[in-house]
Parts: sequence; structure tokens; C-alpha cells
Amino acid sequence: MLQLEDVHTRYGNIEALKGVSVEVRQGEIVTIIGSNGAGKSTLLMTICGSPQAAAGRILLNGEDITRTAPYDIVHLGISQAPEGRRIFARMSVLENLQMGSVPSGGRHFEEDVQKVFTLFPRLKERINQRGGTLSGGEQQMLCIGRALMARPRLLLLDEPSLGIAPILVRQIFNAIVEINKEQGLTILLVEQNAFQALKIAHRAYVLSTGRVVMEGAGRELLANPEVRAAYLEGGQKEVA
Amino acid sequence: MPSAVSKQALPAALKDAAIAAIVAFILFLPIIGMQLQPGSGGLDVNFRLPLVLIGAAIVFVGRLLLGLLGSRRRAPRAGPSIMERVAAGVAANGRWLGLVGILFALTMPFMPFSNRYVVDVGTTVLIYVMLGWGLNIVVGLAGLLDLGYVAFYAVGAYSFALLGTTAGMGFWYCLPLAGLLAAMFGLLLGFPVLRLRGDYLAIVTLGFGEIIRIVLLNWTNVTNGPNGISGIPRPSFFGLDFARSPEPGTTAFHQYFGIPYSGEQRVIYLYFLILLLALITNFFVIRIRRLPIGRAWEALREDEIACKALGINPTNTKLTAFALGAMFGGFAGAFFATRQGFVSPESFTFIESAIILAIVVLGGMGSQIGVVLAAIIIVLLPELGRDFAQYRMLIFGAAMVGIMIWRPRGLLAHRSPTVLLHPKGGPRPADVPPSVKEAGA
Ligand SMILES: Nc1ncnc2c1ncn2[C@@H]1O[C@H](COP(=O)(O)OP(=O)(O)OP(=O)(O)O)[C@@H](O)[C@H]1O
Ligand SMILES: [Mg+2]
Repeated sequence: MLQLEDVHTRYGNIEALKGVSVEVRQGEIVTIIGSNGAGKSTLLMTICGSPQAAAGRILLNGEDITRTAPYDIVHLGISQAPEGRRIFARMSVLENLQMGSVPSGGRHFEEDVQKVFTLFPRLKERINQRGGTLSGGEQQMLCIGRALMARPRLLLLDEPSLGIAPILVRQIFNAIVEINKEQGLTILLVEQNAFQALKIAHRAYVLSTGRVVMEGAGRELLANPEVRAAYLEGGQKEVA
Repeated sequence: MPSAVSKQALPAALKDAAIAAIVAFILFLPIIGMQLQPGSGGLDVNFRLPLVLIGAAIVFVGRLLLGLLGSRRRAPRAGPSIMERVAAGVAANGRWLGLVGILFALTMPFMPFSNRYVVDVGTTVLIYVMLGWGLNIVVGLAGLLDLGYVAFYAVGAYSFALLGTTAGMGFWYCLPLAGLLAAMFGLLLGFPVLRLRGDYLAIVTLGFGEIIRIVLLNWTNVTNGPNGISGIPRPSFFGLDFARSPEPGTTAFHQYFGIPYSGEQRVIYLYFLILLLALITNFFVIRIRRLPIGRAWEALREDEIACKALGINPTNTKLTAFALGAMFGGFAGAFFATRQGFVSPESFTFIESAIILAIVVLGGMGSQIGVVLAAIIIVLLPELGRDFAQYRMLIFGAAMVGIMIWRPRGLLAHRSPTVLLHPKGGPRPADVPPSVKEAGA
């Protein structure tokens, strides 16, 4: 469904991605793990076209989207729940969801809202509350819900567990599995919480300073001693 | 335990007062301390140090008292303040208040207290209300700080002035053209500033406003420079002029209706004209807030990156905000030109931009009724102060400072959601208290 071929991304002089190739197949959950500054968020933002890749190709269902404008990419069916959630603080929960439905033209608004509410009942209780006053976990739910409102075919999630209590993390990960299984939605998940992420991932990539250093099935990487040492058990050792 | 608090607060308040006094001393030194007097060899400077010291002492005592009283009051109060509740109430009952306001505006010229002067002031208030509503699109909704809004007002005014005097076109034909031209200038300004935000944007828009004014001032062939353009056609009422003796072959308003001529007729007509234009603006803004483009403006103000991730085109969104805001400025400008019958660059200085922006900010960004309230205050305050003209600006400044202390986010800053799923059930938006987190926003 999505292919990245030798993608380079730079911020001025800094090259944040140094030739990354990643593939996401229809119906999969693919996880990308890596330490801080590895370039995970950059990877997701590059897929969305902001910043654009300096070299390499990004293909969506065979179509080259490397030079497509960010807002057009969303209309092609890629939707992102960005890092740090970026909820519209002064808008109500419902308005935030409404903003998410812009790409789908708002035709199925009520229906999609109900779907989000079944997934995250907490949001329904807070429907008219302002986004900025939600708790971190609720904001994350709203962020994912907002991304779902666009009716994407590929959902990009950037660290949905960031700063969230373990019990809520489990809820959110359950929701991710649920949308993948029941709606058949393809998901590309970036995570620091490697254990949880690898557990639900069909396949996974390890990113380190802008390069893919390892890839394989989720369970496989979970059992890999190097990955365990670097990302699961204290994470002291660097992966080569 | 107010006594314990004030004991601790005394040294802090003293220090604070001392700093304020020093600042005041430095400021007063040139403002009060030196007086120019015609002397033997031209101008003499007369130093008045005692006056400066007295002024600084007053500031010291005042600041000390404020500090001591303020520390006692600073204890967190339970629940929202009175003004917050008023703001929420206004937001919840906006429709009724709006209707009452419109009814009042419609009947105002026929009230017993009304006279030519009152209607004239009312017209001025309405011009600023309309400008405030127009600028509200750019500043209040899209969050783009525009310090050069007066440029579009000027473009509208001069468009009509030029078309009316040279091509002999009437007000009603020129009005859409003036709006269109202003909108084009809005786009012209919008393109180069797309990437700018906040203070940088403010500086560029300020420059833009000045450029327009200076061009009007110096392009003498077309704009007649500082002398301005006079003899601008007055608006007609469905082809009926407001003149004592109409041109041969035409009928005047008073003749058609068989009533005696009075100069007030045109004043009242102008009043209703601007009322109509302002109401159209208001209706348009309220409507567009609920459309995708209106929401996109608000979303863009909050988080541009999130907007990109949601498939909103920031370029188009910003440009429409500039263009539409400018368009209403242009309409108001055309009205201004026809009302005055004369335009000159002097009417479009930076202070006008500042006043319009002040109306939007004072009213509470994005609040339509807030703009009305602020426009009334800003136009009426100097008018009321006419009797003690010397102190007009002082009162004006003090009022602005006061409002910014007690209502830093504007008089009626309260935003109610534009989407409701089940209007009957669930908590009403007004019940949700404004958050502490947002107070600094
Ligand atoms: N806007 C930017 N301008 C300049 N450099 C940037 C920018 N965004 C990211 N970088 C740099 O690019 C590199 C990769 O950053 P990125 O945000 O992709 O890391 P990450 O893997 O998502 O880290 P984290 O887990 O902490 O979110 C870092 O060195 C970062 O400093
Ligand atoms: Mg990141």
C-alpha cells in the first residue's frame, strides 16, 4: 500500500532521514521504534509531505506522492495523529472531530462521530468540553478520533502513549487493534513504548539516527536480544 | 488572614511602588518637566522639577495603595467572576441581545432624545462596528494580526471617490466594485505575508497601510494628493436624491414623498444605509463561522501543523481571510466617501487602524456583540469627553488600561461552539467554565 524508497529528508543542514526504505502492506499494523531523535516523527511528517523528501520516492498504491502537497495527501487517504496531539484547544471536542471530517467532505459526519464515540466512550461524555481542558489521555483519544474522521485508508500514529498512564495506554492500544481488525484499517505506528507496540505489530522497523537498522515481524523483534537490550530492558546499549 | 498577607506584602509593595515612581520620574522629565516658552532668542526651555517630583510622588503613593489593596484581593475567588458570567450569558443569549440591539438601532433616529448630532454619532459608531466586524474575520477568527486594515478602508473610499467623480457612477454601482478592489488588495497583501505570524506579520501589515497612504498622498495626478477628492456623489434612495433643489428632470426625495425638505433626511438615510451594510457584514460573518472555511480559520489560528495534517490548505485559508476582511473594509470605505463627500489621505492614518484593532481586541476577539460594545465605548468616550477636551485622551487611555487589567481577553471574550450534535441534551456550552490553561492564550 505504502512504499518508501531510499527517502532522505533534511532540515537545513541536518539530514534527519538518510535513505529510509519502509513498506506498509494493506491491512497491516507496522511499527517503527527508535530512540529520541532517530527520525521517527520526521518519517511520518515526510509521508504527509511537510517537509518534503529531498531525495527518494514515496508511493501510495503505486502512485508517486513525493511531491504532493500535504492537504492533497490527506485527501488521498492518509491521515495522521501527530506527535504532541495538537488538539485545537479552544474548540470543543465535537468541533475538533468536525475539523477532522474536512477531507471526507463532512457527508458522514454523524455516523463517523458515533463510530469514534463507540471506540472512545470517554469522548462522548465530554462532547462540548474544550479540547484544551481535556486530560492528556483524553486528548490523545480525541487526536486519534479526529484522524479517523477523515476516513483514511492509512492511519499514521505518532507516539500515542506519550505521557499517558499505563491503564489508558492499554485502552488506546486495544482501540488501535480494534480499528485494524474490524475496519481493516492499515496502521503505521511510531512508538517509544516498544514493548506494547511490538506486541500488536505485524511487522516492525528499528530506526536509528535516520537509518533503518533492523526489520522483521513484531514478535521476532520482541524476542531479539539486541532490541531487548536497547529498547526494552533499560535501553542502555546502542543498536549497531 | 488578610493581616498576615499584607505584612508580607508591604516590602514587596514598597519596592514595586519605588520602581513605578522611578519609571514615572523618567517619563515625566521630558513630558511635564520641560516647558517651551517663547523667550528672548527664540524658544526658551523652562525646567519644572518640582512638578515632576510631585507627579512621581503621586505615582508612588497610588501604586503603593494599589499593591496593598490588590494583595488582599488576590486570593483566588471561587467560581467565575461577574464579567465572566456576563460574557457567558451574552454568548448564550446572543440572539436575543442581537435582536434587541437591532430594534434599538432601527428606532433610534425617531426616539425623542434623537437629533441630527445623535444620528451622526450613531453613524460613526456603525462605521466602526462594521470595520470591527470586518477586521474580526482577519484578527478574531483567523488570528492574523493586521495593523494596516485602514489600507482597505482607504482603497474602498478612493475607489468610489474616483469612479464617482470621473466616471460619474452612482454609489450602488460602485459599492460592489469598491469591495472587489479592496479584496484584491487584500490578496496582494496576503501573498507576501503567508509565511509570517504574530509580530512579523503585524510589522508588514503596518508597512502596507503606510504604503497605501503615502501612495495616495503622492500620486497627485490621480488622487489629487493631500488636497483630496471632493464633490463625491451622494447616495440616492432608489434614484431619488436628497437635495433641496434637484437637477432638472429628476425628482428629489422630499418632492416624491410630498414632505418638506430637511437636511436631516439625508443624515437619517445615511444612518440606515450603514446599519444595513453593518448587518449584512454581521450576518455574513456569523454564517461563515459555521462553514468549513470559517472553522478552518479558527483551526489555523490554533495550530497550523495540525491543520496541514487534517487536509486544510493554509494558503487558501489565509488568503480568503485577508480578502474577505478587506472586502468589508472596502464597503465601509465606499460608505465613508459618500457620507463625507470628500476624501483625503488624512482620514486613513495608522491611528485609524489602531482604533479598529482596539475595537476588536477590547470587544473580545471573535465576539460580534463585543465589537459593538467596544465601538460604542471607543467612539462615545471621546465624544462625551468633549466638555473637558484636554483630558479626552487621558480618559481614553485610562479606560483602555483598565479594561486590559480586568478583562485582558476583551470585554466579552467567550467562545461558544459552532457545532452541536444534540442541542437538547448534554451540557450547554455556556456551562463549561473557561479553563485556567487558556487564560494565557
Ligand atoms: N523542524 C526541525 N528543524 C530542525 N531539525 C529538526 C526539526 N524537526 C526535527 N529535527 C531534527 O531531526 C532529528 C529527528 O527528529 P524527529 O523528531 O524525527 O525524532 P523522533 O525520532 O521523532 O524523536 P522522539 O522520539 O523524541 O519524538 C532530530 O535530530 C531533530 O533535532
Ligand atoms: Mg517524535
